[in-house]
Amino acid sequence: MRAVCTVVGKDKPGIIAAVSTAFSERSVNILDISQTIMQGFFTMITLVDLAGMSISLEQLREDLDVLGEQIEVRITLQHEDVYTAMHRV
Amino acid sequence: MLFSPFEIEETLRMFSEENLDVRTITMGINLLDCADSDPRRAAGRVYDKITRSAARLTEVGAQIEAELGVPIINRRIAVTPISMVAGASLSGSARAGSASTMGPAVAGGRAADGPLLFAETLERAAQEVGVDFLGGFSALVHRGLTPADERVIRAIPAALSTTDKVCASLNVASSRAGINMDAVQLAAGAIKEAADRTRDRGGFAASRLVVFANAPEDNPFMAGAFHGPGNPDTVVHVGVSGPGVVQSAVRQYPDASLDTLAEAIKKTAFKITRLGQLVVDMAADRLGVERGIVDLSLAPTPAVGDSVARILEEMGLEMAGAPGSTAALALLNNAVKKGGLMASSRVGGLSGSFLPVSEDEAMARAAEQGVLTLEKLEAMTAICSVGLDMIAVPGDTSVDTLSGIIADEMAIGVMNHKTTAVRIIPVPGKGAGEWVEFGGLLGRAPVMPVNRASCTGFVRRGGLIPAPVTSFRN
Repeated sequence: MRAVCTVVGKDKPGIIAAVSTAFSERSVNILDISQTIMQGFFTMITLVDLAGMSISLEQLREDLDVLGEQIEVRITLQHEDVYTAMHRV
Repeated sequence: MLFSPFEIEETLRMFSEENLDVRTITMGINLLDCADSDPRRAAGRVYDKITRSAARLTEVGAQIEAELGVPIINRRIAVTPISMVAGASLSGSARAGSASTMGPAVAGGRAADGPLLFAETLERAAQEVGVDFLGGFSALVHRGLTPADERVIRAIPAALSTTDKVCASLNVASSRAGINMDAVQLAAGAIKEAADRTRDRGGFAASRLVVFANAPEDNPFMAGAFHGPGNPDTVVHVGVSGPGVVQSAVRQYPDASLDTLAEAIKKTAFKITRLGQLVVDMAADRLGVERGIVDLSLAPTPAVGDSVARILEEMGLEMAGAPGSTAALALLNNAVKKGGLMASSRVGGLSGSFLPVSEDEAMARAAEQGVLTLEKLEAMTAICSVGLDMIAVPGDTSVDTLSGIIADEMAIGVMNHKTTAVRIIPVPGKGAGEWVEFGGLLGRAPVMPVNRASCTGFVRRGGLIPAPVTSFRN
């Protein structure tokens, strides 16, 4: 399954490094990545492929929550289909 | 990137700030094949069929929730109206005499032993599979009552006050049959007794009983869900809830004309409904059952920012109930339907805005201040909304007055060819202006005053109010 992972928080060095390292350690493949500042917040959006992931989806969510707390950002992960359904006719 | 940052931000905001969620995945289960002349054998089959069909319902719900990252609040079950299933086991009338001679008083106790066996079975099955509610302790009596219908209705107060998850509904009117006023009186009696039996909880049991005109047989929302006889054996429906999302969309157009506003609401409704369609497709595939409908209803919860009344306020009304409320609601409901209908080819259920006073904090506040009255709510149900929903009235409201309120609401549904419903709670021991707390999704509400003029002479005539003609529509 492919998912959209969004990282939102106060801009500071090392956010992309921390998140992509977390993905790499769990064999989550990043297909696309972009970064922008929206409404004053650092926003990183990645499209990831979870097919070869070495842990369960629940575990990945937990790990991302923990990481988010550590680096003070909010990390959300949603199935790509949610966005396709809502934004593509 | 496949999606723009703005699209992604919009979706995230809907979930994190605007309370967008999938309110319920509801599995409809046919129980007609469980009927048996031996009530114990029938009840055993009912239990087996439900626990077998819905064995994986909560698991699949949790799976979809985790995968999509979308909250799914409830898992529910709707079954065949129990009077149809229990009919084979419940021969004989609850009381001697025909329907037309029945008084409004509801007899519990011994006469209800049969139906109560089914209520208890449904509760056990619901507990076993871990669903939040199970609807279908129901009877369709818009043309008349079978002996089983009558016994089920008389057992409703006992059934609701001795179970936690079982919900009951009655269809007492339809645009083809008219209004069965004998059934209206029985329903009013059942509401009153259900409330009295749970007086320590504010008459809570009455919140699990809905009286319908033109009841939909594919409604995923409680308390009125049942699995109508026109359905396949098992099916899965989804109800989405997004008043906060619509409110936010309206907020972005503070000075726009109403047609521009309608466009904005339509687009938002499309997105919300597409989410429902995605969930219904996934759930049906994984459960191996037929795809059901997506119910477009805007269903509020007591949480701040999850309110239909707030949408009306955002549109420019000081409070829900102010002059203009009916028109604003008409615009809202119509736009939601138009957006939703394009998003899903299987729209069904109630698909209107819900106006449950206790479940909507801004609605409850408007009622407390006397801006939103029972009469204004009734008017609003004529163009939209599903009916008088979660309304607390004084505990000394008579069965006849309740019958009159129900009959009025049924008349609106029957004459306008739409679904209307009444879920009203005569709160024991409380008078107008006092507050009652139901807790959880049911929220809290002020007891609303009721017109005290008598309708006894009218409602006690009983019989049938004939169905309308479909020409000469004025």
